[in-house]
Order: sequence, then C-alpha cells, then structure tokens
Amino acid sequence: MIQIDKLCKRYGESTVVDDVSMVIEPRTMTTIVGTSGSGKSTLLRMINRLVEPTSGRVLLDGNDTTAEPAYLLRRRIGYAIQGLGLFPHRTVADNIATVPRLLGWSAERVSARVTELLELFQLDPGLYAAKYPHELSGGQQQRVGVARALAAKPNVLLMDEPFGALDPIIRTKAQDDLLGIQRRFGTTIILVTHDIDEAFRLGDRVAVMSQGRLLQHDRPAALLTQPADPFVAQLTGSGDKSLKLLSLTTAGEVADQGIVTGPNVSWSMSLRNVLAELVWCGAAAATVVGPDGDPIGHVTLASILARGRQAR
Amino acid sequence: MSRSALVARLAILGLLVAFLVAPQAFAPVFAPLNEYGAPAIYDQGDLLELALSHLWLVLIAAAASTVVAVALGIFVTRPAGAQFLPLSRTLVNVGQTFPPVAVLAVAVPLVGFGQAPTLIALFAYGLLPIFENTIAGLESCPPPVLEAADGLGMNAWQRLRQVELPLAVPLIMEGVRLSLVINVGTATIGSTVAARGLGEVIIAGLLSNNAAFVLQGGLVTALMAILLYDGMRLLEQRYLPTSRN
Repeated sequence: MIQIDKLCKRYGESTVVDDVSMVIEPRTMTTIVGTSGSGKSTLLRMINRLVEPTSGRVLLDGNDTTAEPAYLLRRRIGYAIQGLGLFPHRTVADNIATVPRLLGWSAERVSARVTELLELFQLDPGLYAAKYPHELSGGQQQRVGVARALAAKPNVLLMDEPFGALDPIIRTKAQDDLLGIQRRFGTTIILVTHDIDEAFRLGDRVAVMSQGRLLQHDRPAALLTQPADPFVAQLTGSGDKSLKLLSLTTAGEVADQGIVTGPNVSWSMSLRNVLAELVWCGAAAATVVGPDGDPIGHVTLASILARGRQAR
Repeated sequence: MSRSALVARLAILGLLVAFLVAPQAFAPVFAPLNEYGAPAIYDQGDLLELALSHLWLVLIAAAASTVVAVALGIFVTRPAGAQFLPLSRTLVNVGQTFPPVAVLAVAVPLVGFGQAPTLIALFAYGLLPIFENTIAGLESCPPPVLEAADGLGMNAWQRLRQVELPLAVPLIMEGVRLSLVINVGTATIGSTVAARGLGEVIIAGLLSNNAAFVLQGGLVTALMAILLYDGMRLLEQRYLPTSRN
C-alpha cells in the first residue's frame, strides 16, 4: 500500500503539487491523468524521490520513504519512462540487467532473469539480447524499458507516459500487455498519462489532477457518473459519456446465460465495441465466446443500451 | 576505415620504420637537396632512438594531460564543482594560448634543461582539447537517459561510471587524439632545451643550412602524427562500442 500524505512541491513562488493526499491499494493499477503542467509527473517522481517534496510524506507499506537513501529506495521501485530512457551504450540484455546488478545478484541469476523477461515480452532472447537500443523499433524499445523496470521484481512500478511515443496500434497492444503483466504479477502500478482514454482503459482507479491539485481519485465509472468537479466532467467528456462508460465493461462480465443467433464477440471485448459490432451487423444480440473459443453466453442490444444510460 | 585506407596506413608505417631503421638506404632520395657533398642523412645521432624518445615524451605528456583534464572536466560538471567551471576554463585556456616556447623559457630556470621543461610545456598545451571535449561529452548525455539512471537506483558514482563516462568517451577520445597530434608537432621545440627528440634533426639542419635534415625531421614528425591519430581511432572503433554507432 502506498499512502501519500499532504504532499506539496513548490519551486519558489509556484506550487506544482498542492496538498495531495491519496491511498493506493496494493495490486491495483492507478492512472494519474491531467493536462501538461498539472503536476502529475512531479507527484509520481516524489514517490521514488526523484523529486524531494517540500512538505508532506509518502509511506510505502507503512514505512516513510525518507528512511533510507533515495538510490536504495529506487532499486525497490520499478521506473519506466518513454523508450528514450534506455542506455544507448548497453545491449538489451545489459539494459534489463541494470537493477539486478546494482542489487548484486549473481551472474547466473541475472542472466536467467533477463531471458525470462525477454520471453515474457515476446522478444526472442537469441535475437534481441545482444542488440543495442537503436537497432529496435519504438514498440520494442518500450517493451525493453518496461522489462528493465520489472527486472528486480519490484512490488511497485511507476510509469511516466510509457506509451507516449508509440503509434495507436502498438499502443493498444502495449496497454494489453501491461494489463496482462499487472494481473499476472500483482504489481502495484501507478501510471501517468495525459490521455484520458488510456487512463480509463488501464486504471482500476483514476486520479485527475489540475493545477497541482488532486480533483478526484475514484473508479472510472464513478468519475463519469459522479464527477466531483466541473473540470473532471469536462475532461471525461460530455458528448460520449455513455460510450465511455460502456468501454469500461467487457462482454464477459455481463453476459447472460444462453446462446443467440447473431455475431460472435470475444469475452474480453468492451461493450462499446460490442455495440459497434451490433450496429455494423444489424443484429439485436451477440454470442459471447470465452478464451478457448467456446460460447459462454450472450448480450443483447437492449441490455447494452440500458447500461449506457447509467451515465446520466 | 576502409580496406584501402588501412593498406595505405600500413604502407606509411612500413616506410617510416624502414627509414628509421636503415636511413642510409634513403640517401639517394635526399642527396639532390644538398650541394657540396653535405651529408644527405642525419648523422649526428640515431634517428630511431630520437623518434622513440620523441614519441615517449609526447605520450607521457598526453597521459598526464588526459588524467588532469578529464578529472577536472568531471569535477566542474558535478553540482559541487559547477561554480569552478569559469575558473577552470580560464586556466586551461591560458595553457593553450601561452606559447609553448614561452613556457619553456619560464620552466627552464625552475626545473633545468632536458625533458622536464618540455613535458611541462606539452602538458599545458594539451589540456584544452581534452578538457573541453570531456565537458561537451558529459553534457551531451540525453536527459531521459540520466533520469532513467537515477530512477533505477544508481548513486552519483555509479551513474558517472556506468552511464555518463561511457557515453562521453567518444568525445573525450577525440580530444585526446587532437591533443596528441598537436603535441607531436609541438614537441620538436623541446630540442631547444636539450630534450631528446626529432627537433634535434630539424635544428641541426637549420644551423648547417642542410635542407635534407630539416625535411627528414619534419617528415618523420608528420608521419608519426598521422599514424598516431588513425591508429588511435582504429583502436577506439575496435574496443569501444559507443564509438561505432
């Protein structure tokens, strides 16, 4: 658990982060969203003390983060930024091995971990371990960056616009991979983004920041249905609120028993996409198929529309 | 370096070594420069020994310049040393602008004749390129890379050792090479204060109006500078991964 307690950061006269308090539950993904200059990156960097707070404190599992030297704290917290942060003079394997080596792992353990991570991120170790970052595509660099952040198995992973430099298709894939990793390892992830759709898609909870203040920190659906501030309402969108709400639920979560005639949709597809599919096919219901391809139930157009109306 | 360029360098090296080992074999080449039967090949000392002593002098001075300039460059780019940057820059600039001959004139009364005053002059003269390139190299590290180094938990020393210096090395080596080449030429003036070197050959030629001597001293010095520069670059490309990209 991460407790952020009345955290402030001032540079001279200007207050960048203004009295932010929040609690981040373990094994969840929290996204911090806001416009540029909202203080979201500064807030993130105060967690691993890349920025030292002016006042307030951060507790990691109950322990004050200032209790040990900052560089030791940072070795326990994963940190990933845009692909540009890779060390250009080190191979992919050596980049990933950075923190384990700082922690003094044995050579065998380091190389086993590097191989494991490369495979996890679908990078063939034989092909990619010895490559240099400039020989990789943007998407591959980004995966190496996340692999490097996870190398020493941190409980907490901080990510600052990790997908900012990716094109939309690779970006969606990277987001899916991150969700998979979060579920698999139960890492507590805090991700900063300026993209509200990304924040909604990834976050179990979304924190909205503006001008250094934390406006709301809640479940994505609550942000849509009960915005605490006009800025939150504006950011979450007024026109397509119902569609955003539908995009937060997957077909598998709401499927009813029984199979119907209509298109097949995947259990992991969001209701927003199911709706689009139904509109496209001119059907009134769709059969939901599970991960192994077997039908597990159905959703109807009427039930989707009913869910979307909750946004009012 | 391309294959043909490499072959050309090896040919030059072979020619240089051949001349230094058996200079008399080249007498017919230099004889037309002199009249009245003056010696065509330097005969007041062993050319090979002079060349090696010359090279040795330059290498020692460059090693000392490198250690001091790199250390100073690192110091003034740390937060604690930043305020010393203008002062250091001024001192190093003076080392470059103060003519080496004048340094010799000042150094001889203090340390006597021989290699010592020459080493001082070469050391001071060679600082500037290495110092400036060290600073440029350290300051050219991309900010996101430095942020990642901090974010992953490197302390200041580890960040310098593992990230900043490796990234700065190509530029630092560029400075070292430049400094070496300048000093191979500059070291010839050491002979005016009795340091053993190729300057002896040139000075002997000037004193006895022997153009062949002057040309021999000058050519050997120039070839040494060229080979040293290219040889170092080859070594860098071979052993430093950052120089290849």
